[in-house]
Amino acid sequence: MNIEGKRNIWATYQKEIAGDRFFYVRSCVRQNFFPGSEKTFLRIMKEELKKEVFEHAAHTTCSGIGYHTDVVPFETAMTMVARQFALMTESGYENFTTSCITSFGLYAEILETWAHFPEVEERIRQHLIKATGRTFIKPANLSHASDVIFKFRKEIGAVSKFRLVNKYTGKPLQVVEHIGCHYSKMFPNKGVGGAEYPYVLIGMIEDWGGEVIDYPERRHCCGFGFRQYLVQANRGYSIACSKKKFESMAPYKPDFILTNCPGCPMFLDRWQYALSEMEGITYGENGLGIPVLTYEELAGMLLGYDPWDLGMQVHQVPVEPLLDKIGIPYDSQRKFLTIDGKSMGQPESPSFLKFYQHE
Amino acid sequence: MGKLYEKLAEDVRFVEGLKACLNCGTCTAICPAAEFYNYQPRKIVDILQNRDDSQIEELLKSDTIWYCGECMSCVTRCPRGNAPGLLITVLRSLSQELGYFTESEKGRQQLAIKRTVGEWILKYGYCLYPSQILPEMHPEQGPIWEWEHEHITAVMERLGANYMKTGPGILRKIPQEDLDEIQRIFDETGATERFRKIEEFSAAKAQEMKLGLNETLDNDYIRHIYTSNTKDHTKES
Repeated sequence: MNIEGKRNIWATYQKEIAGDRFFYVRSCVRQNFFPGSEKTFLRIMKEELKKEVFEHAAHTTCSGIGYHTDVVPFETAMTMVARQFALMTESGYENFTTSCITSFGLYAEILETWAHFPEVEERIRQHLIKATGRTFIKPANLSHASDVIFKFRKEIGAVSKFRLVNKYTGKPLQVVEHIGCHYSKMFPNKGVGGAEYPYVLIGMIEDWGGEVIDYPERRHCCGFGFRQYLVQANRGYSIACSKKKFESMAPYKPDFILTNCPGCPMFLDRWQYALSEMEGITYGENGLGIPVLTYEELAGMLLGYDPWDLGMQVHQVPVEPLLDKIGIPYDSQRKFLTIDGKSMGQPESPSFLKFYQHE
Repeated sequence: MGKLYEKLAEDVRFVEGLKACLNCGTCTAICPAAEFYNYQPRKIVDILQNRDDSQIEELLKSDTIWYCGECMSCVTRCPRGNAPGLLITVLRSLSQELGYFTESEKGRQQLAIKRTVGEWILKYGYCLYPSQILPEMHPEQGPIWEWEHEHITAVMERLGANYMKTGPGILRKIPQEDLDEIQRIFDETGATERFRKIEEFSAAKAQEMKLGLNETLDNDYIRHIYTSNTKDHTKES
């Protein structure tokens, strides 16, 4: 990989990321499937970095999945987003940060639309006043939560207990980074490093001791495709996209996949299970899958947080092989316990994909 | 220039998405949908810039406009600054407004999406909600989701959520006054009207297809549109 050339491109796409006083909005997908990641983001921001992050109890979905499945009109999505901006304004904040990539892309699309068509912004303001009585000031700074972790990656690295190094070989772990499509494919200048060579996850991986794998289908979509996953009859599209990526990356023997979009880790995790059931294929070593992590999980893991506090027990592809490689301790007996330490039973083992669980 | 083209051109996304296409096919080369379906975004952009209403009407009634995954990979690569993925959103909006969406198998799926994601936004304040993601409708979610779903309250508590409780936090209960605001936004900005049209045109189609449709998800029409592919959409018919 010609790193020098990439660095020149990354230098072209630098974005300003606020340093403190964030108004945080949550992700529908993240809350359902990886709630521990959002909890970890706030823990890192508050406990490790001592930053102010505010969440308004009245904020809701931005309606982004409804918009990209085309049941929610653009006019409605813009007004839903305007309401989120109003909550930020009312709370005295101006730095808006989102957990969701679909939301981030939608916010960027809307702000761009308003910049090109001021009369649309004015119309949306009227809709919002009429429907809710609220008004808003546009954010001074818009970031995705992965931008924020990227900004503070050196500070996080400095207090981390572990590095992305294989304890058995002493070599850097080999990492596939997967960027959510709506992070920068629509507006390259809104993402760190642009669309072709986004640097937001690479910066974390390299600063925390790992090496990034360059592979042919690196920029291919995970396959969510909104209606292509949400309607059962269309899921062939979704799994085919993920399969294309797995087959492209597998020869490079990645130790894990790192993602910044809420949907991508879920699909890259679950479709490995589905492919193993459908075709008997597994993409890791010895019948294991390739663990898929969120950037919040990665940061928390290296900071020494308990993997079960991070929510790693709700991955279908087990993460224990990765924890073992780094030398991170964990108590497998506690993996499926309640907060009070009571048993919740345990998930069934898949037919082919190896699944660590206590006996 | 016909009436359908004029209608499309009223949408700011159309103005943003269509400059002048040189038919290079870069969008088709990068498109995940073009790899899977019988689909070429280049052809769609070409039809639109030709401004031929009869071809546009055919498009609005076809499966073709529903194959796109709206990943927007095409936007990055177009050498002329077009956005085929954005044009798809405009075509889908008009197809629903005119009721043309029920003329195609993939278009008819809009009712299933409206009755799930669309209604969850109004009911819960989220596009997705764990109690509604049923393992039997999502076998690909695997045994881990079956286990989570069975123990959802305890799992969410373990992972730090504020599930179904008041105040901020993960999957908190959205206060009724905020859900009321969403409803008023939907009423004011056209979403309620779009929902009404999806329901109305779908009811007529269900009758035509002689499939039962009630107000729930448990009926023959919804089951049919949610699960069926009566032709191979990946090949030219």
